[in-house]
Amino acid sequence: MGKQLLLEHVNVPGIEKLDVYRAHGGYKALEKALRMKPDELVEEVKKSGLRGRGGAGFPTGMKWSFLAKPEGVPRHLVCNADESEPGTFKDRYLMSHLPHLLVEGMIVSSFALGANTSYIYIRGELLYVYHILEKAIAEAYAAGLLGKNILGSGYDLDLYVQPGGGAYICGEETALIESLEGKRGNPRIKPPFPAVAGVWGRPTVVNNVETIAATVPIVNMGGEEYAKIGIGKSTGTKLISACGHINKPGVYEIELGLPVEEFLNSDQYCGGVKNGRKLKAVVAGGSSVPILPADLILTTAKGEPRLMSYESLADGGFQTGTMLGSGGFIVLDETASVVKNLWNFTRFYHHESCGQCSPCREGTGWMEKVLHRIVEGHGKPEDIDLLWDIQSKIDGKTICPLGDAASWPVASAIRHFRAEFEEYIKHPEKIKDVKHYYSVRNQTAPVA
Amino acid sequence: MPKVTIDGREIEVQKGTTILQAARMLGPDVAPPAMCYYSKLKTSGGYCRTCIVRVTKMNSQNPNPMPKPVASCRTEVMDGMEVVNFTSPEVLEARKGVVEFLLINHPLDCPVCDQAGECHLQDLGYEHGASTTRYDFERREFDKIDIGPYVQLHMTRCILCYRCVKTADQLTDGRVHGVINRGDVAEISTYIQNSIENEFSGNVIDVCPVGALTDKTFRFKSRVWFTKPVDAHRNCTKCSGKVRLWFKGSDVLRVTARKDQWGEVEDWICNDCRFDHKKVSDWNIEGPSPISHHSVISQNHYELVKLKLETGKKLNEVKGKKKESAK
Repeated sequence: MGKQLLLEHVNVPGIEKLDVYRAHGGYKALEKALRMKPDELVEEVKKSGLRGRGGAGFPTGMKWSFLAKPEGVPRHLVCNADESEPGTFKDRYLMSHLPHLLVEGMIVSSFALGANTSYIYIRGELLYVYHILEKAIAEAYAAGLLGKNILGSGYDLDLYVQPGGGAYICGEETALIESLEGKRGNPRIKPPFPAVAGVWGRPTVVNNVETIAATVPIVNMGGEEYAKIGIGKSTGTKLISACGHINKPGVYEIELGLPVEEFLNSDQYCGGVKNGRKLKAVVAGGSSVPILPADLILTTAKGEPRLMSYESLADGGFQTGTMLGSGGFIVLDETASVVKNLWNFTRFYHHESCGQCSPCREGTGWMEKVLHRIVEGHGKPEDIDLLWDIQSKIDGKTICPLGDAASWPVASAIRHFRAEFEEYIKHPEKIKDVKHYYSVRNQTAPVA
Repeated sequence: MPKVTIDGREIEVQKGTTILQAARMLGPDVAPPAMCYYSKLKTSGGYCRTCIVRVTKMNSQNPNPMPKPVASCRTEVMDGMEVVNFTSPEVLEARKGVVEFLLINHPLDCPVCDQAGECHLQDLGYEHGASTTRYDFERREFDKIDIGPYVQLHMTRCILCYRCVKTADQLTDGRVHGVINRGDVAEISTYIQNSIENEFSGNVIDVCPVGALTDKTFRFKSRVWFTKPVDAHRNCTKCSGKVRLWFKGSDVLRVTARKDQWGEVEDWICNDCRFDHKKVSDWNIEGPSPISHHSVISQNHYELVKLKLETGKKLNEVKGKKKESAK
């Protein structure tokens, strides 16, 4: 097992309680941070090379330095805990087991940004995590770690947890802000970016849970030390939530740069494909990133071994590469159906489209209907080209990235598994033998 | 003041002008179509994506193109920006896709729709759409709801441009209608089936680009191309009183606000003028209205389409020649 920066004490009993957390070195980073100047903290984060863990991988230090700081206008830090990407469940794990790590990260980051009111926007379905966080925050208030004059430093911070109504779109930062303000969660049209006008028109930084938690080890060990972990521009550790046909599904903290093959087959991590079957495909970073067939996920098109890092996974662009995304590692074995899997993803995006702009509103539904027709055995030969055309007309033409997220899986599945689509259309009678393991509405039980 | 080049034509505009506004200043042969943008409504635009263009040069400092097509109605011009609209086959193809998306769930009940003849979606489909559809599923339908005595809501025809929501928001206080639900079942509705009772509620009819909001007092009375528009005014205490009367013979069948070249109202009018004054004696007649290109009432309306395509072709030829001479 590589270096554990975030999940080091995750198995300590009672770690969700403040005294146990402090006994294991908790809130040391806060004490250290409060002795520093906010600008020095931002500098440390810049030096660490930390990149956003929510999916896009934007350098966090740079994002922080873009924050507008007009005189007399309050600034806000918002933690995006609206984790709803299919295949990603790392933030839920982190928050439910180590709530104080997030709270400490929030205080440190808020201090660095000069925010006196901060919010954790949590997905509505994670109500039990909401209660865990509320408990942790109450403990922190009681211990003087939140509220007025934190640890005698003169710095004030109020931290609120806001549960959402359960919409995937509210994970998009401007939709999140709208929802936080109590409005309909529709993404805003950018510019202005949240760094200039975010919550209530004030400068706002929106960061993922894991990004904020990562500021704690960065402050503890220093930015330069943190940057030594990892590979190239992918520094530090990353939580990967692995699921699908593997022996040991779960959340793993890896050092960025770990070879994909090792992650997949090592007993420390996924433990290999289940039942000794062959690997068919992997969706490496949550449902919206392109799916890759076995040969391309293990090695790049150039023949180099592929690593778990932002750069290596993206090697080859969308033709032969994918993205690290939010770290939802979905494994499909040889018995799985890429087409049915894709239909399931497309159903999700159809259901979650906010309906604001036309390509996504109409296109996601259309793709779902065509795919449904194919998996039901009524596909037509021209459907594959039709799907390709629909996705190309959604990709890049919408207000927010949900349109892209809906079109990339379709594009990559057709690109790498066209033969399987053709098989479905030519031999609909064979479809009944194909198993798939997702709970799908109107679906008959899979053949044992 | 920033200078912007759209389809090879340069114009100098005020700072803060959007690409679409600049294109409209240049004239209808470069202006992208717009279904949701409305210059009289703040924060409108950005939703329908029909006005997408490609920015081939960001500004004079940064000659890189923007990575994705942008909504011209919400993108401000920068000095030295270069934009392609009708000259770019890629933009035309993308726009064709958007038009297709807008039409796949549209009922296409034009023969019984009061908007037919002055419908922007008809124009858009004719100018930028394909002649056939590839959509062979059942089209979406909504239950009819009653939103009051004056305005007929036909949600199945709606393209969710949000114009009526913004009109109600910005013109009146106490908006009672909005968008409910999500995705492709999102709908304009009053929550819960309140009727809209407001002095200016009739304006939502004028801003609606399709037949989703129509005038109940004009319902099924006549096709619009059989009526003759005449400008008129009266002394109104609530609004400017400047309207357009639609005559059939000597009867006033309908009163609307005056619309400009882009199909946008010039002055908002009140419900009194719109619904309750349908006698010729109520009005001072000014004369026949100039008819905009956005109306099949005007003859040779679709000539302009040809003009646009020819402009594009010519500019492409010029470009080709330049390239050849460079070789």
